[in-house]
Amino acid sequence: MATYKAPLRDMRFVLYELHDGAALSSLPGLEDMTPELFDPVLEEAAKVCEEVLFPLNRSGDEEGCQFENGVVRTPKGFIEAYKTFREGGWTSITADPAYGGQGIPNIVNVLITEMICSANLSFGLYPGLTQGACKALVAHGSDELKERYMPKLVEGTWSGTMCLTEPHCGTDLGLCRTKAVPNDDGTYRLSGTKIFISAGEHDLTENIIHFVLARLPDAPPGIKGISLFLVPKFLPNADGTPGKRNGVSCGAIEHKMGIKASATCVLNFDEATAWLVGSPHKGMRSMFTMMNEERLAVGLQGLGLAEVSYQGAVAYARERLQGRSLSGAKYPDKPADPIIVHPDVRRMLLSMRAAAEGCRALGAWVGQAVDIAAHTDDPKAKQEAEDFVALMTPIVKALFTDYGFETANHGVQVMGGHGYIREHGMEQYVRDARIAQVYEGTNGVQALDLVGRKLGAHMGRNLRSFFHPVAEFIQSRSDNPALSRYVDPLTKAFVRLQQATGQIAKVGLKRPEEAGAAATEYLRLFGLVALAYQWARMAEVSLKKLEEKTGEDDFYRAKLATGAFFMDRVLPQTGALFSSIMAGGSTMIEFPEAAF
Amino acid sequence: MKVLVAVKRVVDYNVKVRVKADGSGVETTNVKFSMNPFDEIAVEEAVRLKEAGKAQEIVVVSIGPAQAQETLRAALAMGADRAILIQTDEAVEPLAVAKLIAAIAKREEIGLAILGKQAIDDDSNQTGQMLAALLGWPQGTFASKLALEEGRAVVTREIDGGLETVSLALPAVVTTDLRLNTPRYASLPNIMKAKKKPLETTFAVDLDVDIAPRLVTLKVEEPPKRKAGVKVADAATLVDKLKNEAKVI
Repeated sequence: MATYKAPLRDMRFVLYELHDGAALSSLPGLEDMTPELFDPVLEEAAKVCEEVLFPLNRSGDEEGCQFENGVVRTPKGFIEAYKTFREGGWTSITADPAYGGQGIPNIVNVLITEMICSANLSFGLYPGLTQGACKALVAHGSDELKERYMPKLVEGTWSGTMCLTEPHCGTDLGLCRTKAVPNDDGTYRLSGTKIFISAGEHDLTENIIHFVLARLPDAPPGIKGISLFLVPKFLPNADGTPGKRNGVSCGAIEHKMGIKASATCVLNFDEATAWLVGSPHKGMRSMFTMMNEERLAVGLQGLGLAEVSYQGAVAYARERLQGRSLSGAKYPDKPADPIIVHPDVRRMLLSMRAAAEGCRALGAWVGQAVDIAAHTDDPKAKQEAEDFVALMTPIVKALFTDYGFETANHGVQVMGGHGYIREHGMEQYVRDARIAQVYEGTNGVQALDLVGRKLGAHMGRNLRSFFHPVAEFIQSRSDNPALSRYVDPLTKAFVRLQQATGQIAKVGLKRPEEAGAAATEYLRLFGLVALAYQWARMAEVSLKKLEEKTGEDDFYRAKLATGAFFMDRVLPQTGALFSSIMAGGSTMIEFPEAAF
Repeated sequence: MKVLVAVKRVVDYNVKVRVKADGSGVETTNVKFSMNPFDEIAVEEAVRLKEAGKAQEIVVVSIGPAQAQETLRAALAMGADRAILIQTDEAVEPLAVAKLIAAIAKREEIGLAILGKQAIDDDSNQTGQMLAALLGWPQGTFASKLALEEGRAVVTREIDGGLETVSLALPAVVTTDLRLNTPRYASLPNIMKAKKKPLETTFAVDLDVDIAPRLVTLKVEEPPKRKAGVKVADAATLVDKLKNEAKVI
């Protein structure tokens, strides 16, 4: 029952009514970015996703990528789809117009990325990684490198990769062994093996530009001795065309649980010609520019899969006739009632919907902050926006991808046996969603990033970028009885978050392992409060719109009802999470290792 | 040569159309609108002519409310050069539309007018034919192929039982059928450029055209619900029912 229509109405709600995307055009450099532009852009993106990418999702999963003699063939239809995608300018949405990009604000890109991930996650990974590569190159590359590579990467005739992981080192990149030795002409010879490289080799673009972490001969040991290099598959000729083959080859592709149409490659570098990006030994900093961007994008993968799985499950629940409503037949003229009448099916559908709509609102809020950080000329606003993005990045990554998997699982459950078999495409979402919790830093690593780096940074300044607006919202709405249905539960959960934060700060300072033990629960608690804040805000907007009688009562009433479900049936999880955190981590920390 | 393409803003083909409670028409509040699909084919054909160097300028025209500007922008994003909106909030009938387009065609000295064969909202299938008659131009309707050569348009038409090819002296009117082409997706850069292309708004009075309706809509109602089918015992009963009940054979 796989079906996908981009949720454009809800996206416009988030973009204009909730987050005032129309105001972006007041920022320097975004003067042309108005709703009159966003609307047709979103509509055309929806068309391409629904009509070009979505039809290849299941066939791509069935066929997978083929590997032979170092060459990777993507599934049938991918080359043509990529051509349509590239010619449509969708590889260059947010890129700098100076390099041929469209300069579309990130908040709009967040919505388009969601659509791409709903329609065909595997496909989306090919152009997706290029976006991050461009960011790193613009931020840290020399002018010469930028001029040579940016226009091709932006127009999508070349694509980019991120080469971090090696067989013996994943999360701990300080163990990296790949070596780069200087040549006389300022280039380097790079040798080593990288694994798990998405889009490392494929047949969609004429050249592939690898961004590789490696060690210089004089590098200090550990993470402070890592540099970032650019390694093209084909060395560009003077006229910019791809020339001689460089010393990089694909040794194998992985056989995976999901995202089967995305080529996950083993790359062997054998004295490949490389260029340094940024300063020597400062590669981790450069790579983090790329990684933060990617982490937000991976979060959106979870959201995209949550949305498409919800759509499939609803379509099935409306049509599948089975049994009768517990309160007596709702459709007496039919042989049985559709299963959508059952409270337990509704529990799953509403859980899915509340997750998708809540994450969409939260993701767009972070997207808006990225735009403000990049464009505002007010240093204070810029600082606050940067703090907020830094704080929310691990939350968006882990919370959204956990929800992507949980929601896709519900999608299978709603459809029973028909969800489990491949034919209807619902089990693919579960398999595809699973990787998002793993790559770009596992969700456990995200939780550690949150408690270990983000909470304490700048004496808690990051935290204030979220706590202050929430506290201000709660206070200024405390005497609004119409909204108390939403604000009261938010307040309760927010208090729990503040207390848990205090607890972690207190014990974590003395015993860092305690903070580590609480991290995952704390991230989820934080995420739930952030979603609750978005739901309370969405409720406020919806109540106002109902008063204004815009003629879309059904839309706003459904919004209020979904928000009420979230407050009643999802947010109470914060109570359990709070108890777990406050119980401390001794049961884990002190458990004898030999007893495992 | 200048090509004129007429585009109409209609309820999107994905929308399940509902009749208004009072039976006066179909529900249009908070319903998604988009370009009539046959008109998209017309725009695409014009853009292909321009890309092939056979047309110099593409003028898109729409008659409708202010929101029809979005439809015109969509056509500009596909590759049309400039747009004219003849703004009206009244429902316009094919004859009025044909007169308005004829006025524009004369003013702009158009060499070829391409229209969708019909709009998916009222399915009239009249405007192109009326336009040709008003202008005194030859017409090639239901085109599945169009070739321009030496002041003539060679049009392959889809007709009952096959294809018919006609050769028309330009200027002429061509209406598009589904198989003429597959419209392109507008590219992101072109959507952005479309915002800056010229869009002129004018009114029927300025063109000296009377658009007062000639027809009266008595009522609009949903088609009757399909009745449940029956199983027949054998072929003889089926033939009997087809003959005497359904009266189709």
